[in-house]
Amino acid sequence: MHDFVQHLINGISLGSIYALIALGYTMVYGILKMINFAHSDVYMVGAFGAFYIARALGIQAEPGVGSLAILLISSMVICSLLGLVIERFAYRPLRNAPKLNILITAIGVSLLLEYGGQVVFGADPKVFPEVMKDFVIISFGNVELKSFDLTVLAVSVLAMIGLQFLIYKTKLGKAMRAVSANASVASLLGVNPDKIIAFTFIVGSALAGVGSVLVGMKYPKIDPLMGMMIGMKAFVAAVLGGIGNVRGAVLGALIMGLSEEMVVGYLSSTYRDALAFGILIAILIFKPAGLLGKYSVEKV
Amino acid sequence: MKRLFVSLLLALPLLAGCTKKDNVIMIGEYDSLSGSDATFGLSSNKGVRLAFDEINAAGGIKGKKIELKTMDDQGKNEEAAAATTRLITQNKVVAVLGGVASGRSKAAAPIAQAKGVPFVSPASTNPDVTKIGDYVFRVCFIDPFQGSVMAKFANETLKVKKVAILRDVKNDYSVGLADAFLNDFKKRGGEIVADVSYQAGDIDFKAQLTQIRSKNPEAVYVPGYYTEVGLIAQQARQLGIKAPLMGGDGWDSDKLHEIGKEAINGNYYSNHYTVESTDPAVTEFIKKFKAKYNETPDSLAALGYDAAKILAAAIERAPDLSGKAIRDELAKTKDFPGVTGKISLNDNRDAVKSAVVIQVDGPNRKYITTVTP
Repeated sequence: MHDFVQHLINGISLGSIYALIALGYTMVYGILKMINFAHSDVYMVGAFGAFYIARALGIQAEPGVGSLAILLISSMVICSLLGLVIERFAYRPLRNAPKLNILITAIGVSLLLEYGGQVVFGADPKVFPEVMKDFVIISFGNVELKSFDLTVLAVSVLAMIGLQFLIYKTKLGKAMRAVSANASVASLLGVNPDKIIAFTFIVGSALAGVGSVLVGMKYPKIDPLMGMMIGMKAFVAAVLGGIGNVRGAVLGALIMGLSEEMVVGYLSSTYRDALAFGILIAILIFKPAGLLGKYSVEKV
Repeated sequence: MKRLFVSLLLALPLLAGCTKKDNVIMIGEYDSLSGSDATFGLSSNKGVRLAFDEINAAGGIKGKKIELKTMDDQGKNEEAAAATTRLITQNKVVAVLGGVASGRSKAAAPIAQAKGVPFVSPASTNPDVTKIGDYVFRVCFIDPFQGSVMAKFANETLKVKKVAILRDVKNDYSVGLADAFLNDFKKRGGEIVADVSYQAGDIDFKAQLTQIRSKNPEAVYVPGYYTEVGLIAQQARQLGIKAPLMGGDGWDSDKLHEIGKEAINGNYYSNHYTVESTDPAVTEFIKKFKAKYNETPDSLAALGYDAAKILAAAIERAPDLSGKAIRDELAKTKDFPGVTGKISLNDNRDAVKSAVVIQVDGPNRKYITTVTP
């Protein structure tokens, strides 16, 4: 029983990390109907950005909330700028091109960042600074709930609520939904689709930045290919929840994290990735719109 | 006709580039100079270069200087194979020094074997590597031996009876060590309470470790690479597993304690040599290495150095520079005074020598004991 509760905590913690990245996939899909494969590599650049800033400021020496805030903000800024640059120079010129072109461009940008990263940062893993101490919040028996687990969960749920608010309660959100529904009609009504799309990339990439610092804190080993697998899992989570749906992304991510954890805990780690992609195939066959997705009703 | 003549003329320098240089002996090397286990390759490469620089400074082999051609395999099997093909066909090397990882040696050695070029691996410990053919050698011990060393150590020194295994299923090296440990430890009357796995590149091991924790082992054998072991040690301590972790030479990197921090301290691994040795061959090597690179050599640097020295000695003894002549001399290597011990190559072309057990203590590596075959 204790083991089960521990697996539950571990799974939710892993799922929360997937959620932060899945939100970025789902937002861009919601508005552009494209899968931004470079998203997980923006996340990687965020982690390295925070790593170098921490080193430059000597943050390794003085961990604390202040250092965490500095790293979170700098990583968010770096990711937003990178997201903006990618959107402006890789995707915007293809706005009216066939869908396949933009998809291939996304893969190209992803590979550019992964292998460019190996040249710039070096391919060997770097050790992320210890920004905060992990401590036990609640423990019963040998089951422990750690501060990191709770932080990551809280951040991803807050991000989800924030996005929900942004999309449904603000003018900007209304414009986003309008562009998502029909970009050309929205532009007739005075909405500048280019600006709205750029804004979407900024928000999605900033979330990846938050994710990268939290992951770096929890698993202090970063390398230029770190986005690959986590990006695939987050993408599957977004599809599982219903791609384009903000709540769906978080739900899908938690389901992914939990089921992976249970499979590894009670079967074997060999089946972990098989399960992730098995879920993807099953969802595509039986409920192509995802758990919370409805055909063209709810969009970001 | 004119165009044909011009193109022939243009091709001439290319043809000339292919001919052998007479005043040097070309030796090829591939290593992971980039990629996820780049620290291994960079170390090994430094050892190799140090050995050849020394030999060249002393006049070279048979009056000729050695020219080393190094290729980067980026930590990928297919790149290692491509590098070996290129070294043999384009650079016309007389022998190939392989990289560290066993998987890569398995991809590259068959090419050298097929072309009749001797292949010496400094640190590929998987038993299948030298089974590829009679041109394939290594200067390190093999996985079953490393696994038995730790089984013996767990049984006789740590005196534990219940051990859990956490292996990297994607890695031939890790699986080989785990299997050897499992068999040997059981033969000694020990019990394997859990045998679970992860995959290289994973960052979360909590599920496996929770499973291990429920079995209450007295020690955990984790024969993986430092990249994952550092994280595993941290997460094991976070989950409250206090049993010592044990591993193999894949732990041997400065990054191990950087990633694992204090969680990795006090754990044990088997290795090829120790910097705490008082053997003059070792102290001399460490002094020269520090002078050249301003860092302390790890065991991969020592193995790279030994591999290069053994190869050079065989070339020196060989009557000519043909692959067959060098191969025959390599096979005769006996009691070679290497940095990593007295090296003899047995009939399987594997090195026979002892291993040491090391305890991690922050950036330091404490020598615990030597285990002989």
